[in-house]
Amino acid sequence: MSSRSRSGAAALRSRASVFAALGDETRLSVLGRLAKGEPQSIARLTEGTRLTRQAVTKHLRVLEDAGVVRSVRIGRESRFTLEPRPIDEARDFLDLVSRQWDDALARLKAFVES
Amino acid sequence: MNDRIEKVIDLKAPVARVWRALTDHEEFGTWFRVRLDGPFVPGQVSRGHITYPGYEHLRWEAVVQKMEPERLFSFTWHPYAVDPKADYTQESPTLVEFTLEQIATGTRLRVVESGFDRLPARRRDEAFRMNEGGWSAQAENIARHVEQKP
Repeated sequence: MSSRSRSGAAALRSRASVFAALGDETRLSVLGRLAKGEPQSIARLTEGTRLTRQAVTKHLRVLEDAGVVRSVRIGRESRFTLEPRPIDEARDFLDLVSRQWDDALARLKAFVES
Repeated sequence: MNDRIEKVIDLKAPVARVWRALTDHEEFGTWFRVRLDGPFVPGQVSRGHITYPGYEHLRWEAVVQKMEPERLFSFTWHPYAVDPKADYTQESPTLVEFTLEQIATGTRLRVVESGFDRLPARRRDEAFRMNEGGWSAQAENIARHVEQKP
């Protein structure tokens, strides 16, 4: 258990579920665009997609509530940037549950094959 | 992100044998490390106690969903409900499904746990707390079990 996961998990407490936020293809594509690095404006994130500005704004709000996106003010414009920590934590959690199943199934295997 | 866990394991045992290990509450308890109060019945709550060393104070509770003989066994539960004082009944449970398939060497078992997107974030904290120091003990447990039943 790393201290990163635990301190971060405490910060997660009041936030909406990361899993729910990421369980949407449009939001994943928005995150994919943000993963390229530079903070991006809503106009930039809308460019080359079939989404309206309103739709992108709405999805960004969900991502922000889940803590996986942060907005920064640059001049008069808001730009959005990826916050990877909660995503790592959600993945760590699934890894943990996954390992427990591995262990349980190893015991089941020993049990039925004996 | 994927909100489900999926495992596939091939077992060198007939489907009937695997089905019994999954659905006979005493056999299930042996490998899952839980002592159950009674048999599994679809639509009913299954209760018992964890027998995993160090966690014996914890209760086990699940709702049996489907039992289609030698094919599908499923239940819903609250994973890592590790605080004996907390009430987890208002939270959305996850769904665990065991699917059995006959193969040449025995049985192919698929386990899917889904519904993590509805799990409150604070529950993940608890899972992390439970994990602390628990895994090395678990590994020893498995080693012992395997050695006893070669």
